[in-house]
Amino acid sequence: MAKMFKGAENAFKVRLSIRTALGDKAYAWDTNEEYLFKAMVAFSMRKVANREKTEISHVLLCNVTQRVSFWFVVTDPSEKHTLPAVEVQEAIRMNRNRINNAFFLNDQTLEFLKIPSTLIPPTDPPVPIWIIIFGVIFCIVIVAIILLILSGIRQRRRKDKGPSEVDDTEDKCENTITIENGIPCDPLDTKGGHVNDAFMTEDERLTPL
Amino acid sequence: MMGRGLREPDHSKELRTRHTGPTSSQRDRGAALYLAISGAFPAAVARRGGARRHPFTSLAPPTGAPLTRLAIKKRASGSDAGHPRPSRTGRGAWRPRSKAAERGARAGASSAAMEKARPLWDNPLQFVFACISYAVGLGNVWRFPYLCQMYGGGSFLVPYLIMLIVEGMPLLYLELAVGQRMRQGSIGAWRTISPYLSGVGVASVVVSFFLSMYYNVINAWGFWYLFHSFQDPLPWSVCPLNGNRTGYDEECEAASSTQYFWYRKTLNISPSIQENGVVQWEPALCLILAWLLVYLCILRGTESTGKVVYFTASLPYCVLFIYLIRGLTLHGATNGLAYMFTPKMEQLANPKAWINAATQIFFSLGLGFGSLIAFASYNEPSNNCQKHAIIVSLINSSTSIFASIVTFSIYGFKATFNYETCLNKVILLLTNSFDLEDGFVTASNLEQVKGYLASAYPSKYSEVFLQMKNCSLESELSTAVQGTGLAFIVYSEAIKNMEVSQLWSVLYFFMLLMLGMGSMLGNTAAILTPLTDSKVISSRLPKEAISGLLCLVSCAIGMVFTMESGNYWFDIFNDYAATLSLLLIVLVETLAVCYLYGLRRFESDLKAMTGRTLNWYWKIMWAGVSPLLIISLFVFYLSDYILSEALQYQAWDASQGQLVTKNYPPHALAVIGLLVASSIMCIPLVALGMFIMRRLRRADTASVA
Repeated sequence: MAKMFKGAENAFKVRLSIRTALGDKAYAWDTNEEYLFKAMVAFSMRKVANREKTEISHVLLCNVTQRVSFWFVVTDPSEKHTLPAVEVQEAIRMNRNRINNAFFLNDQTLEFLKIPSTLIPPTDPPVPIWIIIFGVIFCIVIVAIILLILSGIRQRRRKDKGPSEVDDTEDKCENTITIENGIPCDPLDTKGGHVNDAFMTEDERLTPL
Repeated sequence: MMGRGLREPDHSKELRTRHTGPTSSQRDRGAALYLAISGAFPAAVARRGGARRHPFTSLAPPTGAPLTRLAIKKRASGSDAGHPRPSRTGRGAWRPRSKAAERGARAGASSAAMEKARPLWDNPLQFVFACISYAVGLGNVWRFPYLCQMYGGGSFLVPYLIMLIVEGMPLLYLELAVGQRMRQGSIGAWRTISPYLSGVGVASVVVSFFLSMYYNVINAWGFWYLFHSFQDPLPWSVCPLNGNRTGYDEECEAASSTQYFWYRKTLNISPSIQENGVVQWEPALCLILAWLLVYLCILRGTESTGKVVYFTASLPYCVLFIYLIRGLTLHGATNGLAYMFTPKMEQLANPKAWINAATQIFFSLGLGFGSLIAFASYNEPSNNCQKHAIIVSLINSSTSIFASIVTFSIYGFKATFNYETCLNKVILLLTNSFDLEDGFVTASNLEQVKGYLASAYPSKYSEVFLQMKNCSLESELSTAVQGTGLAFIVYSEAIKNMEVSQLWSVLYFFMLLMLGMGSMLGNTAAILTPLTDSKVISSRLPKEAISGLLCLVSCAIGMVFTMESGNYWFDIFNDYAATLSLLLIVLVETLAVCYLYGLRRFESDLKAMTGRTLNWYWKIMWAGVSPLLIISLFVFYLSDYILSEALQYQAWDASQGQLVTKNYPPHALAVIGLLVASSIMCIPLVALGMFIMRRLRRADTASVA
C-alpha cells in the first residue's frame, strides 16, 4: 500500500491548521476525525457520476504527522486501482464548503495541496458605489454654482437699477413743491446758494481717522 | 426740516432730494466749488452727504447729492485707477480714499463707486485663516515627516526652527507688508515699486498657473479615494481575482493590494513616460469635480473665499487631532515614534540637513507665488501684518510637527503590522516544510527553533532558508516615503488594517481634500487678483467669467495628468515647475524692496500704514541674511542640476510590481527646460520690454517736441 502513496499521481496531501483556526477551542486530531474525513471524501465521490458506489473503506489515509498533515487516495476495489486525480479533484472542489464546515475550518486552514480552491469573487454592485456618491456631490456643486451666479447677476441688476430709480424720483421731485401753512417750504432759496466758509469748522477740514 | 416728504428718515434720500431746483449750470459751478474745497477731504464730503444734515450742505443744496456722488466717484476711481503714488506720504490723503469709496458705496450713492472699491476681508481673522489655509497644505503632511526621518529625527528640528526664524518669518512678513502696502495683486504691486520689475509679478503668476494646473490633480485623486471609501471591504484591501478565479491578479500578488489599487486602478499607469495612452475617464471626472469645487469657492472673490477658509483652515486640525488620538492608541505606534524622535546628532553636521530645512520652510510657506501678496492686498491698511506673519509661520511649523507625530505613529503601526505578518509567514513556512505541530513555533521561540532545525536537518533547512525572508522591524521603519506615495499608498495601507476602516478612510481623505483646497484657493487668488486688478480685463468681463475661464483652461490642460502616463508628467511639474523659479523670484523681491524701493522708504510707509516702527531685526534679515540664504540655496540647486549626469524618474513595472529608474527622454527634458525658463525669463524680458517702450515713448515725445 505504501507504494500507492507519496509520489503517486493520484494521491493528495492534506494539511490542517486546527490551532490557528480555533485557538483554544481546538480539538485533537484522532482516528475518529480521520473517519469523518474519509466519510466526507467518500460522500464527495458519490456525488460524481459513475461513482455512486464509493464506500468509506475505499478512501485510504497515510502518513499522518504532528502538523496535522497526511496523504489520501481513493481506490476502486473492483478494478484494483486508484481513481484518477482529475475526478477526485473535481469532486473535492464541488463540495469544498461542506468539507470545510464539517471540521469548522476554511480554505486556508484545511488545505488540499494541488487542488486550487475557487475563490469567492468580490461582489460587484450593478452600479459602482463611487459613481453614486460622485453624482450626488457633483449635482450639489453645480446647483450651488448656478445659485451663486444668479444671485450675483441679480445683485448687479439691482445696483444698476438703483441709481436710475433714484434719478427718476429726483426728476419727480423737481416739480413738486410742498406747501405747509400756505408757505412754500424750503425758505432757503436753493437757487442762489453758495458756500459759506464760516460753517466749515476746523475739525471738519481734517479727515476722520 | 419738514415738508419734503422724502427727506426723513432716510438721510441718503435727503441727500438725493436736495439737488432739485437749481439749473445744471449752477450745479456745475457748485460742483466745482465744492470740489475745490473738499478736494483732499472726500471722507468729510461723504460723511456730510450720507450721515447727517450739515449747515454747509443745507446752504448749498446743489452741492448735496450729485456733488457728493461726483466727488466720491472721482475719489473712488482715483484710488483704483492707478497706483497709490509712493511719493505721497501721510495718512490723511491716502488712507481715506478707499474708505470714502466704501462709504460712498454703502450710501448707495453710486454703482460706479461700488464697483471700483477694493473688496476687503470681513475681519482680520478671515485674512489669518486664509493665510493658514494656504500655507498649511499637503507638504506639511507628506514632506516634513520624510525629511525628519531622513535627517536625524528629533535633531532635524534644530535646523528647521533656526531656518524658520531666520528665513521664514522675515520673508513672510515682507510679502504681506508689500501686499498690504500696495493694495494690488503681484503684477500691480511690483509695477508700483518699479515698472521694470513687473516681470517679477508676471513670473509669479506664471508659476502659480503651473502650480494650480497640477496641484488640483491631487485633489482629484483625493476625491477618487474618498468616493471609494464607502465600500466594504475597502477596495484597496483586497486583490482582484485573476481570469479563472483560482488566484489573485499577478500584478497585485507581486506588489501589494494598496500599490495595485494606486498604480492600476487609480492611475492605470503606463510603463514609461513615452507611452501616453488615453485619458482615463474616472480621474478625469474627479478632476472636473475638483475644478468645479474650486470655482464655487472663488466665484465671488474674497466674499466667498473669506467664508470658505473658515472651514479649510480649521477642519484639518480636527481630523488631525482625532487621528492623533487614534494613532497613539494603535498597536506598535510607539515603535514609530521612538524611531523618529530619537535624535541623531551627527546629522546636524550634514549640510544637506540644513539645506533641506531651508528649502522646506521656504516652500511650505508658499512664498513667491503672489498668493500672500494677493491676500494681504485685501487687508485694511492699518492691519498689523507683523503679528499675523509671526502667527501664520508659527502655526505652519507647528502643524508640520503635529502632522509628523501622527504620521509616525501610523508608520509605527504599519511597520509593526508588516513585521508581524512577515514573521507569521516564516513560521508558516517552517511549520509546513518540517511538518511541525501547528502552533509550536511562535515569534518568541523562532530563533531557537531555527537553530534546532538547522542542526537537525541541515540539507532541508538550507533549501527552506532560501525562501525565508529576513524580517526586520528596523528595515520596515526605515522605508521612508514622501509625496503621493505616502499619502495614497502608505496611509491607505495602514488604514485598511484599522477597525472601522471606512470611517478612518473617509476622515483622512476628507482632511487631504481640505488641505488641498485651501492651497488651491491661494493659488487661484494669486492668478485672479492681478487679472481683476487690470482694468483692461475687468472692464470687459465680470469677475465670475474671469474665474470661470481660468478654471476651464486649467482643467482642460490638467487632463494631461489623467492620461496613462499622467503621473510621470505630474512628477515633472512637481519637481521642476516651481523650485528654481521661486528662489529667484523671492530673491529679486527682497532685493527690490530693500535696495530699489529703499528700506527706509518702505519702513516709513509701514509706519504710516500701521503706526508701528519696524524692528531692527526685520531690517537686518531683509537687507542681509535672507538674500544671502536664498542665493546659497539657489547656487546649491543649480549646481545639483548641472552636476547630475542625467535626470531620472521612477517608472512602475507591472510585471515586477515595483518602481524602476529610467532616464527622461529628450522631449520630457525639453518640457522641463521650458517650465523653468518660462517663469524665470519673464523677469528680464519684461524689464527689457519696458525699457524699449520707454525709449520709444521718449523718442516720440522728443520728435513731437
